[in-house]
Amino acid sequence: MSIRSLLVNSLMVFVLCVIPYGQFNQQAQLQASTDVVIFSDPSLRERYYQLVAELRCPKCQNQNLADSNAPISKDMKAQIYSMLEAQNTDDEIKAYLVSRYSEFILYRPEVNSGTWFLWFAPLCFVLLGALIVWRYAFNKPKASSVSAELTAEQQAQLDKLLEKDSPQ
Amino acid sequence: MNRLALFAPLAVFLVLSIFLFKGLDRDPTELPSALVGEAFPAFTLPALNDGRLLSEQDLKSRVTLVNVWATWCFACRIEHPMLNQLADQGVAIVGINYKDQDAKAQSWLEQRGNPYQFNIVDAQGSLGFDLGVTGAPETYLVDAQGVIQYRRVGVVDQRVWDDEFKVLYEQLVGKEK
Repeated sequence: MSIRSLLVNSLMVFVLCVIPYGQFNQQAQLQASTDVVIFSDPSLRERYYQLVAELRCPKCQNQNLADSNAPISKDMKAQIYSMLEAQNTDDEIKAYLVSRYSEFILYRPEVNSGTWFLWFAPLCFVLLGALIVWRYAFNKPKASSVSAELTAEQQAQLDKLLEKDSPQ
Repeated sequence: MNRLALFAPLAVFLVLSIFLFKGLDRDPTELPSALVGEAFPAFTLPALNDGRLLSEQDLKSRVTLVNVWATWCFACRIEHPMLNQLADQGVAIVGINYKDQDAKAQSWLEQRGNPYQFNIVDAQGSLGFDLGVTGAPETYLVDAQGVIQYRRVGVVDQRVWDDEFKVLYEQLVGKEK
């Protein structure tokens, strides 16, 4: 067997076994996409799956490109594929698609004036919650410790009440 | 101070209500347009009937309605009479025949009338991709400088024309003169 045919064979085995397995393993949602993509460099494959998982189909309400079979998603996946092969960075690919399909397609939107609230509101709420918990946790005992000390007069009153209530 | 704090939950509730109430009216299928205010993307594609090569320069002479259509698109059938009507009123309409077959497109225009000045054949959908087209029909209002001023995803009917296009179109035509 020549080295060349060995290479072709191992590539076939790779395509038939490794890609579907990797898909199944990495992300259950990728199962829906049936198209097999073959990259010149295996590291591109990972980036491809990352991109199609986090970019949103512009035609569908809530599907990523990996999940969607809409014609537009297929076009976008083909575009991502060819841009990856042309040595574009992930950011360049995203910018290219956003300039055509707007920020709608980003499941992880960039931090800018329109999205800072989206990004930082959860953190603000956590801090607010922590503040409330802290105030409740550390202010309450002080208040009760003040009332825990009884004067002699109060103690006498209490003893009297307990005596009255206890069964004879 | 303590009494005011009691109203905090009410304030939170009111703010939340306003947000959610506003959300009721929003159409989730409506996409923000990335290309409004931008120049019409560059392209070189053949014309439907004579095959001569067209480019974005061909859109620049006057205010134009660019309509993305295809024979496989059902809503385009509903839209077509409205386009004929607009063409009769003197609106310049250019078609982008999107991912379609020339023969089918030609017989469609013979049967239903041809409202288009010319048709750009975008068989691969490459111009559509640059425009951010997600399907047909879509309609763009392009001014005389070749800048996209408005985008409508879906059918343009009389109501849509009156509500969304008419004022802007007349403004742009007025500016041109």
